[in-house]
Amino acid sequence: MCTGRVDLAFILRAFSNGADGVLVVGCWPGECHYLTEGNYGALSMTHLCRKLLDYIGVNPERLGLEWVSASEGSRFAEVVNDFAKKVKDLGPFGNAENGLKMKLEAVDNLLPYIKLVEREKLRVRFKTEEEYNEFFTSDEIDRIFQEVIVNKLEISRIMRLLREKPLSTGEISGLLGVTPSEASKHLGSLARQGLIRFDESLKRFVPA
Amino acid sequence: MEREPVEEQFFSSPEGGNFGDVMVVGGGISGIQAALDLATAEFKVYLVEKAPTIGGKMAQLDKTFPTNDCSMCIESPKFIECARHPNIEILTYTEVDTVKGEAGNFKVKLIKKPRYIKEDKCTGCTTCVEFCPVRVRDPYNQDLSLNKAIHIYFSQAVPLVTYIDPESCLYLQGEKCSICAGVCKNKAIDLHQEEEEIEVEVGAIILAPGYEVFDPKLKGDYGYGNFENVVTSLEFERLLCATGPFEGEILRPSDKKHPHNIAWIHCVGSRRVTPGDNSYCSAVCCTYTQKQVILTKDHDAEAECTVFHNDIRSYGKDFERFYQRAENLPGVRFIRSYVSIGREVKESKNLTIKYSTPKDGVKEEEFDLVVLSVGLNPPADFKSLANKFGIELDAHGFCKTNPLNAMETSRRGIFVSGAFQGPLDIPESVVTASGAGSLCGQILGYRRGKLDKEREYPPERTVSGEEPRVGVFVCHCGANIGRVVNVPSVVEYASTLDNVVHAQESIFACSTDNAQQIADTIREKRLNRVVVAACTPRTHEPLFRDTLREGGINPYFFEMANIREQCSWVHSKEKEDATRKAKEIVCMSVARSALLEPLQEFELPVDKRALVVGGGLAGMTGAMSLAEQGFEVYLVEKDTNLGGTARRIYYTLEGMDVQAYLRDVIRKVYHHPSIHVVTDATITEASGYVGNFVTKVKSGRTAKEIHHGVTIIATGAEEYKPTEYLYGKEDGVLTQLELEEKINKREEKLISSKTVVMIQCVGCRQQDRNYCSRVCCSQAIKNALKLKEINPHMDLYVLFRDMRTYGFKEDYYREASEKDVKFIRYEPDDKPQVEAVEEEGRRVLRVTVTDDILGKKLQIDADAVALAAAVIPSAGTQEISRLFKVALNPDGFFQEAHVKLRPVDFAAEGVFLCGTAHYPKHISETISQAYGAAGRAVTILTKDSVIASGAICEVNESDCVSCGACISVCTYGAIEFVDTPRGKKARVNPVLCKGDGLCNSRCPTGAISLKHFTDEEVFCEIDAALHSPVEFPAINKVGIAD
Repeated sequence: MCTGRVDLAFILRAFSNGADGVLVVGCWPGECHYLTEGNYGALSMTHLCRKLLDYIGVNPERLGLEWVSASEGSRFAEVVNDFAKKVKDLGPFGNAENGLKMKLEAVDNLLPYIKLVEREKLRVRFKTEEEYNEFFTSDEIDRIFQEVIVNKLEISRIMRLLREKPLSTGEISGLLGVTPSEASKHLGSLARQGLIRFDESLKRFVPA
Repeated sequence: MEREPVEEQFFSSPEGGNFGDVMVVGGGISGIQAALDLATAEFKVYLVEKAPTIGGKMAQLDKTFPTNDCSMCIESPKFIECARHPNIEILTYTEVDTVKGEAGNFKVKLIKKPRYIKEDKCTGCTTCVEFCPVRVRDPYNQDLSLNKAIHIYFSQAVPLVTYIDPESCLYLQGEKCSICAGVCKNKAIDLHQEEEEIEVEVGAIILAPGYEVFDPKLKGDYGYGNFENVVTSLEFERLLCATGPFEGEILRPSDKKHPHNIAWIHCVGSRRVTPGDNSYCSAVCCTYTQKQVILTKDHDAEAECTVFHNDIRSYGKDFERFYQRAENLPGVRFIRSYVSIGREVKESKNLTIKYSTPKDGVKEEEFDLVVLSVGLNPPADFKSLANKFGIELDAHGFCKTNPLNAMETSRRGIFVSGAFQGPLDIPESVVTASGAGSLCGQILGYRRGKLDKEREYPPERTVSGEEPRVGVFVCHCGANIGRVVNVPSVVEYASTLDNVVHAQESIFACSTDNAQQIADTIREKRLNRVVVAACTPRTHEPLFRDTLREGGINPYFFEMANIREQCSWVHSKEKEDATRKAKEIVCMSVARSALLEPLQEFELPVDKRALVVGGGLAGMTGAMSLAEQGFEVYLVEKDTNLGGTARRIYYTLEGMDVQAYLRDVIRKVYHHPSIHVVTDATITEASGYVGNFVTKVKSGRTAKEIHHGVTIIATGAEEYKPTEYLYGKEDGVLTQLELEEKINKREEKLISSKTVVMIQCVGCRQQDRNYCSRVCCSQAIKNALKLKEINPHMDLYVLFRDMRTYGFKEDYYREASEKDVKFIRYEPDDKPQVEAVEEEGRRVLRVTVTDDILGKKLQIDADAVALAAAVIPSAGTQEISRLFKVALNPDGFFQEAHVKLRPVDFAAEGVFLCGTAHYPKHISETISQAYGAAGRAVTILTKDSVIASGAICEVNESDCVSCGACISVCTYGAIEFVDTPRGKKARVNPVLCKGDGLCNSRCPTGAISLKHFTDEEVFCEIDAALHSPVEFPAINKVGIAD
């Protein structure tokens, strides 16, 4: 098994369970034991996951990725100590970042879609880590992330909220932390797709 | 290959008798490789080592060049492989006494020295070491640190048992002490043990005794022995190493302070004709020095490193780049100068070194530490070795070998591998080991498999439908775990976990009797899952999986919890926390184990035929060796004739007649009933996998489909066609191969020349071909000596950058120099100039070169100029790389699976490599490598089937949405779309899948999953890690995944 096997879902699962930090450790780039060079895959995955965490309000620093070869025992100890210290400084996960479990679940539900988007739009293969950093922090990627993933996530979260109880546009924008006009845009498109409807008696949206 | 197989003799295997096929003498990396290859090829092997453990010199190295891999990390898994191989019997602390008999029937008397320990009782717990009152210098650390009179040679030793140094043990010296015997719980200590005689009968012997390091103390070279801060390179290697005397801190002997200004002196004991020195070049020192410089800079970025050298001999694959890497580090100087030690500075114990350069004249500089790059000597007991084995030695005390087959000694049935052949590096030691193995196979083919042992296991119990019944075994690992982790408390905790029906502790879960007990418990308590909380699965998972099979359940029901490396070793000062962590780790493993499923390792049939691509000397030698061992071989050659580049070589430096040899080999290849030669061949398609390849070959109008189990790539190399130095414009400018042809024809114009100039490094050691072509220096010397022999009055000049006549070739360099061949060194930025001019009515080639020593430009009017044109990858290399899916290195030569330990294997299983397709090399080296590739290939061909791991991917077709995400990431090409009634679905070819699981994490629907590491299994571990019912203190939780 390779770092490339580390699924986005594993990381979300750990955070959902209350982990304060997740550290992925793998072979150095260029030293993958497999032809598939899955560690580059792990690098991409980590970048994407950090963006997702950031979006739902989790400090992306809580997800670490480090390269340690099998012969670097002392480096491994250093890396783990440093990461543990960093996470301690960030404080416990649950208290500071409330209401996250639901957001994590929303992301988790969207994973099949995110994986398809990753393959279509975000699959890159560079030689150096710098190139990955540059790519994943570019405006273009921000735009794609916003348009393709964030919108979907918001819609998915609206659906989850509505399944719990009927809500108005104002309530949804408050719960989601988006502007009322954005919320109303999403609600409009969901209604057009026949997924929700406006219940006149409740004056709120409900699942169709 | 010219030898006939040994007559089939009466052959039986008496129960309990010491009867084997091959004895390998020497348990260093070469002996280990030979033993493993032969044992896998179904021969019974006795591996005899005089030290208390196998491992040899490689186990003492910190890192290995040119990749700076950790030496022990790559070697020690081979120790365990040897220890576990049913066909290998390891005899350590044992020496050969006498050898009688002949090839096919040797009787060897061995003396097993008393280690005062019952090997079968000792568990390696080292309690005795702790209590032993006597401190001795530690031979593993070159006497730089102390150990106890009873100790384990090093912590990865195989066998992992102690031995007692009789010279320092109080009891054995007649004093009162037997503390060790008192504290040993297993009663493993036997202070009255005596030397034991063992008789072993074998059919062949491989000598792999290795080398001895040159000892500068004998003559006090550079003040070694007098000045504390002068150390040998092997001592420095130990200083660098984390398992060394100062745990990887470089501290100098005099004051245990970090040296910042370090000098290395090259060629200590080598390349000298003074008595006590060696005339040859030790071949490895240049590059190991560069490695030590790089590692020193890793330890201390501010260190100043100065290397005093003669020629820099970076003649191996990737050595040139490695040299540049060292040279370009800040604070590193390479100075070409002979040196002497000035004095030791009284207060600081620093040393001064005197040296001189053409530019600055004589200088004296002060250094904190001086490292002597000592050379390689023959093994210390080379004379008695020769006597015992009845073999001849060469002038240097190394084994005398057949000039064209470096593995053959003067005695039939006794082969030699590794550095007893002469100075060799690790990959060459490994190659010659596999090669010697192949030669053993050639004479012992008739008895292959007769002593082969296979383990027998009880039938596997079906547990489907049963509730999980988990057994947990928590190991103390002597004191390794037990001293830190409260093992009974972990056991108690484990017994409270869901599904656990049995929990117990053991001192050493891996000891033979404990493993047996685990197997018994599986049966008695009807366990269907086993968790062992101990050390690392890297070394011990195979053992415990085996134990499960012994207990009658599927080996994949085993789960290992690492509470040593990942717990007790890193938290030795936090005992309570460590105990809690151990419980969490056990909780994760128990949770995961409930989901484990039985997996089948499946067997694939092996097609016993081989394909050899390339009909040069490498390909033919490999094909012959395979055919002689009874395998059918297809030998395909793109040219009309066999022979390759060797057709253009007439004699070797050592004087062998290459053409006669080549004719003989070609004849034998054509006549061999098992070799099918296809010439004018083009390979159009190659598919399949280990054991089952299919290759399509076209020759003229006929096309053939060859089915084969292994492939050897031996496509050779070519000579670069120079554009430099008027080549192609003036008839007198030749390449060395062209020169050789003219010499061979005794071409009048050439042999009556007054002056011939040779220019080295044409087309390589430069930006676009950043490697050394390895053979050209010796080739120039060879042709220069030949010309001198034919016409002693001829003036010969060799214009060079570094003369790279490594190993014994150095002697010929000296001979040429003595015969007045003039050697002039030039700098790459001031290359020689060649112009054609008319001089006294005749056309001459005027060569202008700057002579640094004389400090002026020289003009030489030559009748001929011979260019050492680079060796370049052959034209079809890229195509072959594409067809057979094997990698090339940046220079366009084929890339082996591992530079050090798998030098003739490709990463693709079942495909092997030899000859100049790998890298430029001499004929004898090519032949060694060809035997090596054959030896490796035989390890597959002898098997009826190959075993593929059960932990591979599979597709749940009903969930597959045909998106192809998995296919696009699988560079193994293991996943394909297949048409099913429900449309196109991804399907995994289990043979090609390596189980990395990248596809699993990319599949949007979870349709493809990596067995043994499924999403559910990992989720379950994550959940358990974060919700284990262990009392959590108020610290943060950090999940770790790999």
